[in-house]
Amino acid sequence: MAYSEKVIDHYENPRNVGSLDAKDAAVGTGLVGAPACGDVMKLQIKVNDEGIIEDAKFKTFGCGSAIASSSLVTEWIKGKSLDEAGEIKNTTIAQHLSLPPVKIHCSMLAEDAIRAAIRDYKEKHPRA
Amino acid sequence: MIYLDYNASVPLRPCAKKAMVEAYDFEGNPSSPHAAGRKVRALIDEARKSLLKRIHGQRLVFTSGGTEANALALSGLGEMPLVVSSVEHESVLKAYANPCIVPVTAAGILDLMYLEKLLASFDTPGLLSLMLVNNETGVIQPLQEAVIIARKLGWNVHTDASQALGHIPLSFEELGVDMMTLSSHKCGGPTGIGALILKEELQLHPLIRGGGQEFGMRSGTLATPLIVGFAAAALEALSEREEQTKRLQGLQKKVEEALPMAQVHGEESPRVGHVLCLGMPGVSSELQLMSFDLKGIAISIGSACSSGKTKESQVLKAMGLSSEDVKCAIRMSMGWKTSEDDIDNFIKAWNEIFLSQQMKEAS
Amino acid sequence: MIKRPIYLDYQATTPCDPRVLKMMLPYFTEEFGNPHSRSHAYGWKAEEAVDKAREQVAAILCADPREVIFTSGATEANNLAVKGVAHFYKDKKNHIITCSTEHKCVLDSCRHLEQEGFKVTYLPVKSNGIIDLDDLHKAITDQTVIVSIMAVNNEIGVIQPLAEIGKICRDAGVFFHTDAAQAVGKIPLDVNAMNIDLLSLSGHKLYGPKGVGALYVRRKPRVRLQALINGGGQERGMRSGSLSTPLCVGLGEACALAQTEMTAESARLKALSARFYKAIQDSLEEVYLNGDAEQRIPGNLNISFAHVEGEGLMMGIKELALSSGSACTSASLEPSYVLRALGVEVEMAHTSLRIGFGRFTTEEDVDTAAEMIIKEVNRLRDMSPLWEMSRQGIDIKSIQWAEH
Repeated sequence: MAYSEKVIDHYENPRNVGSLDAKDAAVGTGLVGAPACGDVMKLQIKVNDEGIIEDAKFKTFGCGSAIASSSLVTEWIKGKSLDEAGEIKNTTIAQHLSLPPVKIHCSMLAEDAIRAAIRDYKEKHPRA
Repeated sequence: MIYLDYNASVPLRPCAKKAMVEAYDFEGNPSSPHAAGRKVRALIDEARKSLLKRIHGQRLVFTSGGTEANALALSGLGEMPLVVSSVEHESVLKAYANPCIVPVTAAGILDLMYLEKLLASFDTPGLLSLMLVNNETGVIQPLQEAVIIARKLGWNVHTDASQALGHIPLSFEELGVDMMTLSSHKCGGPTGIGALILKEELQLHPLIRGGGQEFGMRSGTLATPLIVGFAAAALEALSEREEQTKRLQGLQKKVEEALPMAQVHGEESPRVGHVLCLGMPGVSSELQLMSFDLKGIAISIGSACSSGKTKESQVLKAMGLSSEDVKCAIRMSMGWKTSEDDIDNFIKAWNEIFLSQQMKEAS
Repeated sequence: MIKRPIYLDYQATTPCDPRVLKMMLPYFTEEFGNPHSRSHAYGWKAEEAVDKAREQVAAILCADPREVIFTSGATEANNLAVKGVAHFYKDKKNHIITCSTEHKCVLDSCRHLEQEGFKVTYLPVKSNGIIDLDDLHKAITDQTVIVSIMAVNNEIGVIQPLAEIGKICRDAGVFFHTDAAQAVGKIPLDVNAMNIDLLSLSGHKLYGPKGVGALYVRRKPRVRLQALINGGGQERGMRSGSLSTPLCVGLGEACALAQTEMTAESARLKALSARFYKAIQDSLEEVYLNGDAEQRIPGNLNISFAHVEGEGLMMGIKELALSSGSACTSASLEPSYVLRALGVEVEMAHTSLRIGFGRFTTEEDVDTAAEMIIKEVNRLRDMSPLWEMSRQGIDIKSIQWAEH
């Protein structure tokens, strides 16, 4: 199957690859997927005092579409509030990257990763 | 050597050769996901699409040839009654253990009244398989009429159209059949490839199982060069049809007029313009064959599959010819390369053989 | 000129050797006769060419030409062998033995026979991909009609002990069929010494044309089978349909070339594989060779690159044409059933590539490929959360993964 240009761009030049210190109170970490299914995404957010995501990093084990989906969402969520980031839908990701039907699960995984990172951050800050 | 055995195999068309040589230049497995695989898959998709478009078909399954396509069509729907005509190709006659046979009239045409009665006598509908153009006589069968009868009684219809492609107008949609067999080397494509055209809603039980290629109906790596050669030849045969038919009909007429002593089997019936089933009174077909061969002309007795066994033509017998007449019949078939010179030579040879035999008898 | 990718997928298909194509072309054009037309010289010439090809195919198997049946390929040959024998003897016996790592066409034929009421034993393989001969011994009953075990696996390249299997089968009075599509021309085969009763081969896996293959069917003791395709009664009644002269000629020539060149070519491929694997091992940690290291054909390597997903890796090395898993299944997202049968964990199966070297692979190709793969594996590992965890000493299995 042929990949879209956007997928290829994110795959070849992934944005925001790396890790943040998971122990840092300002960092929320989401780890979703499973090695046995062929894809695992780790997405981390660093949230400032105003509740704005000021940094995001990812690492992904998976196909080109999974890598592109996670790379793309790190770009999208930077500068957003937690609520705004939580509203990103997999369909928007899939549409933007022109993912074929067999790759829709990659965009769903990216959506899950954002939610998991937000949840982790909120657990560290019960009152936030 | 003058080749007049087009119904056994048609010489490869230059356009098919060109397409094949190009395809042999970049090979890959069309099932592979990498670029090499995708490239050959695109060639196959294009061949499939253009063939379907030109014959108004719905779905196309590539097979190793007409015989396999017939076998798939006749077994693919599972156990059900099978009715075939008495003049079918052996691959249809022998596909099932005991098919019910519909006879043909003396003109070589399917007996439609008998067909209706026969089909109506079954408790459950089954599959009717009828060839469109007979390979030995060139007679065109009343397929559309047969389809109407079969449909009324809920039967499915398959047709072997191998000998029709490029010779009569061919539309899957207009014929109204469920399945149609095509053979590449009968229209100037390479040997080793054919196709079964079928309605989209049909899912046949495969004969050959495995990787699930061809909609799960025929597994095995697709032979890209053969497929593109087949498509190129078939498309050319279809677009040249009117012009070629006119030309070959002219040659056919010329032979008939030049050989008043020859019996023309199937003469009374609608037939294609490129085949002649000729009887030479009093001269056995084997002797004719040898004599023609010595004069550098290739013709045949009946179909190629059984000609090795030199047994009597089942098709001519089915038309009610006397054993004597069957024994004296040969088939000459023409095609895209046949020239007027070839035909003049054939006529000359026929007369010489006939004359020398009469001289022998007279002395 | 557009640079073509380096072709490293010789188990999926091989290019048609120009020498083979050269032999075939005249039979597509001038010598186009139907080999079954016995009434004129066109037919005779075609028949002669087919006879010669049959001899060439027989020669590489040490068989008699009369025992060779031409088919449209190995898939048809395998279907014909397994289903044909099972159907012919169905009134006497109803048990079939095969192996879990067979090609899909054998497995699917067996599954179909199960639906018809036959019993099928799927032998497991050891972690090196080879069957346990004791298992085979134990599986044979007085109801067993045929054992079908492939000669060389298409994904991992391991060679099954054919002579031993053949002896067990012959002693037990059971037919032995082997799918040798990946073996012919790569390892020496002798149907008599190995007691093989039926053997399938494919043109396009040995530098011949696509659309043709053959089934060897033993005459003494005679093996009988029910045809899949009936009609004109060609090929001793076992396979009807006009033979394609050019395809038969191509297959014959491909066999003849492979036979002549096998010894030298095997040594060359063995050296290329060793060179490649050494380069990979010298530069990368945690790479694993799947399948037995010794009992394998020289041109195949199946390697797991831990913590790098195979499909993602393939995208990064698109200048290389190779595959993850077999070509028939790699469009799906399931990990290879062959690797699973070896006991390779699902997560590891997802990280594997099949690398096939062949007749037209050069040393330069091998070096370029190794370099590209090493670079890309390193890049993707830097991006892989699993690699990061394994570096931190976290046991990936200890994590509760939400399988989706």
